[in-house]
Amino acid sequence: MSKVNLDYLDELEAEAIHILREVAGQFEKPALLFSGGKDSITLVRLAEKAFRPGKFPFPLVHIDTGHNFEETITFRDQMIDRIGEKLIVGYVQESIDEGKVIEQTGKNASRNALQTVTLLDTIAKYGFDACIGGARRDEEKARAKERIFSVRDEFGQWDPKRQRPELWNIYNGRIHKGENVRVFPISNWTELDVWNYIKREKMELPSIYFAHERDCITRNGQLMAASPFLNMDEEDIVERKKVRFRTVGDMSCTAAVSSDATELDDIIAEISASKISERGARMDDKVSEAAMEDRKKGGYF
Amino acid sequence: MNILKFFTAGSVDDGKSTLIGRLLYDTDSILADQLEALQASNRKNDDGTIDLAILTDGLRAEREQGITIDVAYKYFQTEKRKFIIADTPGHIQYTRNMVTGASTAKLAIILIDARNGVVEQTIRHSYLVSLLGIEHVVVCLNKMDMVGYSETVFNAITEKYKALAAELNLKEVTFIPVSALKGDNVVNESEHMQWYQGRSLLHFLESVDVEDALPYNLARMPVQWVIRPQTDELHDYRGYAGRILSGSFNVDDKVTVLPSGHSSVIDRIEIFDQRPVEAFAGQSVTIHLKDNIDISRGDVLVNSDHLPQSSQVIEADLCWMDARPLDDSITYLLQHNSKITKCKIREIVYKVDINTLAKQDAHDFKLNDIGRVVLKTADELPFDLYTENKANGAAILVDSRTNLTVAALMFRNVSY
Repeated sequence: MSKVNLDYLDELEAEAIHILREVAGQFEKPALLFSGGKDSITLVRLAEKAFRPGKFPFPLVHIDTGHNFEETITFRDQMIDRIGEKLIVGYVQESIDEGKVIEQTGKNASRNALQTVTLLDTIAKYGFDACIGGARRDEEKARAKERIFSVRDEFGQWDPKRQRPELWNIYNGRIHKGENVRVFPISNWTELDVWNYIKREKMELPSIYFAHERDCITRNGQLMAASPFLNMDEEDIVERKKVRFRTVGDMSCTAAVSSDATELDDIIAEISASKISERGARMDDKVSEAAMEDRKKGGYF
Repeated sequence: MNILKFFTAGSVDDGKSTLIGRLLYDTDSILADQLEALQASNRKNDDGTIDLAILTDGLRAEREQGITIDVAYKYFQTEKRKFIIADTPGHIQYTRNMVTGASTAKLAIILIDARNGVVEQTIRHSYLVSLLGIEHVVVCLNKMDMVGYSETVFNAITEKYKALAAELNLKEVTFIPVSALKGDNVVNESEHMQWYQGRSLLHFLESVDVEDALPYNLARMPVQWVIRPQTDELHDYRGYAGRILSGSFNVDDKVTVLPSGHSSVIDRIEIFDQRPVEAFAGQSVTIHLKDNIDISRGDVLVNSDHLPQSSQVIEADLCWMDARPLDDSITYLLQHNSKITKCKIREIVYKVDINTLAKQDAHDFKLNDIGRVVLKTADELPFDLYTENKANGAAILVDSRTNLTVAALMFRNVSY
């Protein structure tokens, strides 16, 4: 009989589509967590491939820190218009106003950690039983051990020691009331795979992924975008730089890299040659060797 | 370029994490900031060089105890191939994690400490490889530097392992003498073992042919989701969405829907905006049939000329994965692809002592126990034997009281 050896992007795509359809089939109220970053944009593309010409069997959920890059929000709204799917936004500002979280102070203050509370509240408010996210195992050591279907208790906590065995391509999504499952369809993709897929699929991205001129300051050896969300003082010198961003997070914790890459091919070449990992540009991961593991145990994405 | 998923069986003592670290390090897959974190770490080898094993120990408890507890997935690529490594723990109490990591792998690397040769653990790991039907086995004889890179040692262990491989019916076994610590024959060919004519581990992994080949077109596609837009312009659109498990489907093929047994003909195949005339194992597709029949999630489309077996009473190998022992008085849920049905364990045929391979009479199954059982399911299950078509021959058991995945099942026979 005939055999086929799928190209790696086709294989990764087919696996992700299978996972998305399992979510649709196994859960009552799933949601897709959308950050405006390239990984969640990739998830949207995969959802189109999994469910068109039907509608998505889930809404998109964005946890808005209020400290966004403006370009990301513009992109998000245009994308929602194009795909015609439902968007739900959870605002960190509301969590602050309601006194559920307290804004950090000090020079390295960020709303990144506060997002977790808003996320869990949004999950509870809408009763989501599964949240699809764009995390990848190659990003970080704790993520390398997480299942594709990752069960969280009613406090949103991940318990790395009590993970369910995940065998073959069979995903067990059964949960008790109040629990939910985080699902990671692109677990097995690398950063470079995502970029090659974006290129192959001719996908649109927020402009901040491409090199542009921007006012920056240097802090802890990294380039940060000057913005009202960053606590700056007289020691911070603002310089005009040509930069781009490798990940899209909060403006206060996402570092830029110096770059002349204005086209996808330039970015792919840059990443192939890069000696710094993607999360190396995230201040939030620099805190300790187990920073991500601790945040995931607390309910983070 | 395609992807090869492989897993590594061995313990930290055999240098498993060091071997993986070495593969990543020598293929330039470790980035500067990761390397920086590595160098900043307190764990060093005796000679002061960086301990590559740290690269794979992800969880805090693992770093503290210096062992691997859970499966960690690692990714790297060369010009020839992309690789996904399932780094699995080797200790007996983590057998279930090894089974998990091995279940999706096409190739197994079994590590042997050249100073110790074939030991109990080697037998256990090799048995799991055989149980899970992994087609390709690479036996890495590690720590060759500690035995003077001796060909005699290598040959003696190789001979001993060949006997074990024959007993376990392992088909393709390749032996490579390595030193993960020093880097011999992992990525770069060794200068210390001129007597070894074969390839380095990486070169072997790059070139081994791992395509699936089934004897017949055992086309199977479990239906995951029915796409019905129900809009004015797509009023009659009804597509069966799923990932093809095995074989291939062509437009105009006659297919049977199981368990109902209704037949129809494939009208068209869609992969998003493409309309291929043929689709293969591994592809996620949407299939349209010429007749309007009732099909929903949990049904499976199969080639009408090569039907799977169908039964409610099935003999299976079982690996128990829960701290709560098997209880033959309760009803479990059996999940076979997109189908879930109730299931009881009717009989325990035997349990295997996985250190000696002896079959024993048994009345219970505890965490990490492996053996043969007879299952009775509420619905008739369309399945293939695991040895003939892995993709449609495996299932899991779920305990509906805890919702945990409690067992891995590999179907071996219809039982009467």
